[in-house]
Amino acid sequence: MNGWFSVRNAAIVALLLALVLLPVYVEMGGSRFLLTLFTRILILAMAAVSLNLILGYGGMMSFGHAAYLGIGGYAVGMLAHEGIFSGFIQWPVALLASALFALVIGALSLRTRGVYFIMITLAFAQMAYYVVAGLARYGGDDGLTIYKRSQFVAPLDLSNKIQFYYICLALLFASIYLVWRIVNSRFGMAIQGARSNDTRMRAIGFPTYRYKLVCFIIAGTMCGLAGALLANHTDFVSPAMMYWTRSGDLIIMVVLGGMGSAFGPLVGAVALLVLEEVLSGITEYWQIILGPLLLLVVLFARGGIDGLLGKVRHRVSHG
Amino acid sequence: MTLFIEQCLNGLQFGLLLFLLAAGLTLVFGIMDLVNLAHGSLYMIGAYFAATFVAWTGNFIFGVVLALGATLLVGMVVEVVVMRRLYGRDHLDHVLGTFGLILFFDELVRLVWGPEGLTLPLPSWLNTSMQILPGVDYSAYKLSIIVVTLAVAIFLYVLVMRTRIGMLIRAGASNREMVGALGVNIKLLYTLVFGLGAALAGLAGLMQAPILTVQIGMGENILILAFVITVIGGIGSIRGALVAAIFVGFIDTLGRAFFPDLLRMVLSKEAAATAAPALSSMLIYLLMAVVLVVKPEGLFSASGK
Amino acid sequence: MADLLRVDSLAKRFGGIVATDDLDFGVAEGELHAVIGPNGAGKTTLIAQLSGQLSPDSGRIHFAGNDITAVPMYARSALGLARSFQITSLFLDLSVLDNVALAVQAHAGHSFRFWRDARREAELRDPARAALTRVGLSGRADLPASALSHGEHRQLELAMALASSPRMLLLDEPMAGLGPEESARMVTMLRALKKELTILLVEHDMEAVFALADRITVLVYGRVIATGKPEDIRSNAQVRDAYLGEQEAANG
Repeated sequence: MNGWFSVRNAAIVALLLALVLLPVYVEMGGSRFLLTLFTRILILAMAAVSLNLILGYGGMMSFGHAAYLGIGGYAVGMLAHEGIFSGFIQWPVALLASALFALVIGALSLRTRGVYFIMITLAFAQMAYYVVAGLARYGGDDGLTIYKRSQFVAPLDLSNKIQFYYICLALLFASIYLVWRIVNSRFGMAIQGARSNDTRMRAIGFPTYRYKLVCFIIAGTMCGLAGALLANHTDFVSPAMMYWTRSGDLIIMVVLGGMGSAFGPLVGAVALLVLEEVLSGITEYWQIILGPLLLLVVLFARGGIDGLLGKVRHRVSHG
Repeated sequence: MTLFIEQCLNGLQFGLLLFLLAAGLTLVFGIMDLVNLAHGSLYMIGAYFAATFVAWTGNFIFGVVLALGATLLVGMVVEVVVMRRLYGRDHLDHVLGTFGLILFFDELVRLVWGPEGLTLPLPSWLNTSMQILPGVDYSAYKLSIIVVTLAVAIFLYVLVMRTRIGMLIRAGASNREMVGALGVNIKLLYTLVFGLGAALAGLAGLMQAPILTVQIGMGENILILAFVITVIGGIGSIRGALVAAIFVGFIDTLGRAFFPDLLRMVLSKEAAATAAPALSSMLIYLLMAVVLVVKPEGLFSASGK
Repeated sequence: MADLLRVDSLAKRFGGIVATDDLDFGVAEGELHAVIGPNGAGKTTLIAQLSGQLSPDSGRIHFAGNDITAVPMYARSALGLARSFQITSLFLDLSVLDNVALAVQAHAGHSFRFWRDARREAELRDPARAALTRVGLSGRADLPASALSHGEHRQLELAMALASSPRMLLLDEPMAGLGPEESARMVTMLRALKKELTILLVEHDMEAVFALADRITVLVYGRVIATGKPEDIRSNAQVRDAYLGEQEAANG
């Protein structure tokens, strides 16, 4: 990375340090609630990172990404309900189910562009929502309680809140790194080219459909893992996890943080969820402030926080 | 058999209601190239206004007309204050910006009317049933919905195809700059079109209020269906929206009514009971998937109206 | 010399408009063949069909002995047929070097490689730099493509077409929007390229056409009205009436 030291990089390093040290702070007498809040932030940040892959880098405006949170979560929930608590079974199932769903939805949706694509992904995610809400055996509308978290081998214990926090943190870092590597690889260049000018990509010889589809599947699978984590975190799954407004939340995180930047989704997740906490402390009707705020960001700060922190001058370098 | 006729009429009525919603959506997109997620909010506001004004004035018709006017006004204000800044931008910006509007309106409604929701009771002269065929009674109100929406559909057809404003609308849909260059006040045209869309959404909202619901979030639920319809019918095409809406209305209503029975013939009772509600709700999306595979730009694309 | 590109009875309509009307023509290997004609003659539609962006309604296209009529767009470039665009169609938010590297990558096997940093792969970067040097843009390699002037965009277009090491180039109005100096530079570059590749050149700039072309085909309303050496075309009465006459009158 050229221009190593900058406000932007310093801010990110500070954030990462804070995240790593948070449990230490909590142990020394900080509020336990912070741990719960930030575990949730880490998990949703991971979902946002996966969305950034297809949205920020790939230019695919999927409005149905929360579906994978639900699929991953319900894989864990349903299996737990049937008495299967082993994470070695639950998590691979969550990943596989998400990948399959992404394959089918992606194969159909990627036949369309622009606003059609937005609507189609939205509609399919809603379909998943209604299907799951209709499954009375697994709680339907009311959701499903999970009585035991995913079991792995000792010393891994997901019910230990601090351990769980660090597991989520590790997985988040891993996903950020993975996305970063993917984006700078040949595959990533193909995806970025397709975002930039799909017709030109095809003219020079790339069958863009298949690359976009694989990208879509990768993102969906990663989000499915986040879903499995979320199910463990809340000990509960419900169709609301995949309601389309949740997909909207994920998009907000990506845009707020700055699309097409490696740490943007994390910054966005922190910003949005902390903002929600702060605002709901001020007034019960905090969404009245959040709504117009979002509108203002869209109109005036399109590059998100990442754009605001970095220089306005266009930087054609890594990350 | 009577059940079947009744469900067909329900399907028609539901489809026509969806048409009102989808028509506004597709008009706004076709002409201003604007994706408006907050369309459902206008639907919700129409219902809330109606419930409130009817209660205030004690007169159903009067309250409804007031509500329609109020929704039209809100629509035009939103257009001037917000939408104008979104024209010409990336569709993602539209999606995000109008998503912010949804949050705002949902919360505003909660602030003003509380979280509980409202009811809109039918006046006695509408709260009857009529005999439409020997042995078949059907709700007079639902029949009036069918009549009103068909009248609106005809009105839209006449407006778009036979009037000067309609010509501008159609011209604007195919070539925005030219219409502006011809000296037409594009800003005013857009405000009027958006207002029309808002009024259609509000009308749909207030018409379904007595038979379905008046509550926060009702806009989001039905918005998806409206979008599915615009995709199936082809964005920008009112004719497409009508055909697709009626089709979707039928499939959804008849599907929910008869599909479980169909399933029970094939599967065990318990399996059918579990799968039926889930699968019935999937039917529309399956239809959309089929259309997408066969004709991705929709059944009637934007140039035809 | 055998025809590298051969078009038989090609036809394309858009509603009531006949863009390509039972078109027959061929491009010999090693020649620079120019296609000229008044606006609306169907030149860009022809290029679109040759490159695979549009499907003809009827007729066949042969390239290097193979029938490529049904071959999709992305596969034609693998066969050695590359195209540049009349309206600048670049990856504006990527760097100049990235633009050309993508064109190289398209022919360097599949792109399902997820780990290695593509920007450090010599297999991709070296040919890209070479192509940029050939068109004179090597000093601008690391700038975002959006920072280039219009003339430089046309040069970049050419570099991208070259990066795939094609046998034949379809050039759609490479001079479009260029000033006299830039046009002269482009002509010099094309003259050099002529020696290594077969080129189909669609152009309005008559000076360039007559300076470069080995043969010229004249298109009017989607039909060929004349094909031949430049001096024959110049003296062809039909062509004068249909096209050159107009041009001269316009130029005054």
